[in-house]
Amino acid sequence: MFELALVFLLQVLRIAVPYLLASLGATYSEKGGVVNLALEGLILIGAFGATVGQFYTGSASIGILTGLGFGAVMALLHAYMAITLRANQIVSGVAINILAVGMTKFFLQVLFRSSANSPRISGLNVPTVLLDPIFIFTVVAIVLSHFIFFYTPFGLRLRATGESAETADTLGIDVVKIRYSGVLISGVLAALAGVFLAYQQHSFTDNMSAGRGYISLAAMIIGKWTPLGAMAASLMFAFAETLQLNLQSAAIPTQLVQALPYLVTLIVLIGFVGKSVPPRELGQPYEK
Amino acid sequence: MNKTLLLFLLAACALTGCGQPQNSNSTSATKKSKIGLVFDVGGRGDKSFNDAAFSGLERAKKELDVEIEYIEPGEGSDREAALRQLASQPDVALVFGIGFIFTDDITDIAKEYPDKKFACIDYTVSDAKPLPKNLSAVLFREEEGSFLVGAIAAMTSKSGMIGFVGGMESPLIKRFLTGYRNGAEYVRPNIVVLDGYAGLDGNAFKNPARGKELALGQYNRGADIIYHASGVTGLGVFEAARETKKFAIGVDMNQENEAPGLVLTSMVKMVDNAVFQTVAEVKAGKFQGGTVKVLGLEAKGVDYVYNETNKNLISDSTRAKAEELRAKLVSGAVKVGQSE
Repeated sequence: MFELALVFLLQVLRIAVPYLLASLGATYSEKGGVVNLALEGLILIGAFGATVGQFYTGSASIGILTGLGFGAVMALLHAYMAITLRANQIVSGVAINILAVGMTKFFLQVLFRSSANSPRISGLNVPTVLLDPIFIFTVVAIVLSHFIFFYTPFGLRLRATGESAETADTLGIDVVKIRYSGVLISGVLAALAGVFLAYQQHSFTDNMSAGRGYISLAAMIIGKWTPLGAMAASLMFAFAETLQLNLQSAAIPTQLVQALPYLVTLIVLIGFVGKSVPPRELGQPYEK
Repeated sequence: MNKTLLLFLLAACALTGCGQPQNSNSTSATKKSKIGLVFDVGGRGDKSFNDAAFSGLERAKKELDVEIEYIEPGEGSDREAALRQLASQPDVALVFGIGFIFTDDITDIAKEYPDKKFACIDYTVSDAKPLPKNLSAVLFREEEGSFLVGAIAAMTSKSGMIGFVGGMESPLIKRFLTGYRNGAEYVRPNIVVLDGYAGLDGNAFKNPARGKELALGQYNRGADIIYHASGVTGLGVFEAARETKKFAIGVDMNQENEAPGLVLTSMVKMVDNAVFQTVAEVKAGKFQGGTVKVLGLEAKGVDYVYNETNKNLISDSTRAKAEELRAKLVSGAVKVGQSE
């Protein structure tokens, strides 16, 4: 019994890692006032970077760096559109998602002559998720982020910028710089989520983010735009998904089981979260 | 500012496009007939269903001297567009749709282009929609091949528990499970067969992460052999096999290289032969449209792999029993249920 519970818990953690990373990242972006719908694309590009990086160098570390680098570039693009050009942030996010799907497919075809799958890569080869450096980093990052958000000047400035950019500006905070860093951190963390996915399945598959970016976004909202809240919501999603995977052989109709994660979300949204208030100036570009 | 956004969006659209046709080899001056093929979900490189179809097409190109053009479609709506794109080219003689997911689209397109020939692998035959005269449907008796690998799994299993991972929960994939379960229970009535599906739509065939978690869950509950029928999702099943050092059974193609030493056998479906044969029939002017071709064990349309690589994994008595069952299935002495 204990062993089964442990196995279940490990599965929850494996499924949770991408949600944890991407939703944590999104908190940085959105607390600063920039909507980040691009998570899906950022995860995808991160996974692609990791696969290509490791495939050509054989090194897992270089794979991680490539993935993070790709994510950072994509995030910069989003930041440039949303902050500097003051474009509609939702449109920009969606555009990045479409761009990421198209680009990864295109380069997959160019590099590996298949627009669907990459060859196998060796990944990280750790015996359990608990020893996976990406998992350990995730745990540290969540705790650290809680501290950064609520106990450091940067966190205060980030939150102030999202609540009222003008007030922050009059207090001498560089709104543009703060928002850029928020989006950039978000991009790197979401890309790391992608790296984890690619290393787990030892290859890149077209569109392999498979909606995880949107689930992470929901996790961040349910978590009320806080690192610990996003963590709790991500774990809840992962728990529901694990339950879904394990209940399939049971006597319950599969359609019902498959719908479980969504039912849980609805129930949580209706009953337990209470009011979830976004940063006041979320989505509003700042013009001096 | 708006201009930049517009440019950016345009770039995004251009890069995404729909599946671009590839490899059209239109260099030769002589007018060869061209064969078009649209892949199933998962696309090339799935080391399974799609790759099997592609190897048949490549063989046709080499041996039958035809040109080929193929498309890997993206999301759902691209499939119809891809079929139409191929059918509308004047030099294309035959268009393949690979997978049951093409059933409706290829029926419509075949009616739209009555002078072109079409073939669909795993076509879902229904009385409501009769086959057009220019469309040939090729089906396989997956349940027969699955029956044999189920029996082999049940005889090889030490724990008395075996697993199954399916892609999209659909009648076709359920046929694999039914055969597998029937075969396992036939030789070992008290065997426990766990099952799980990756999802309810076509994307369930390309979700290796989900496949891996499903398989790890079944291994952890005590299954020591897992059979998959899930396209690219199955690559995750092989990852789980590598991680837990337990057996997996491949599908559609010989998948022994996906987890060396741990692939007990594979239920092979001769999709490559079917593709090649259909091209050959068209070349010889013997193409029969409006017909359903069903390939089972007897016609070697389905089989299980037993070769140098895996013969030390399958005991002699297991092999003998499997061959005995093959004979019984072919003669009709043993029957497999169609679905659960």
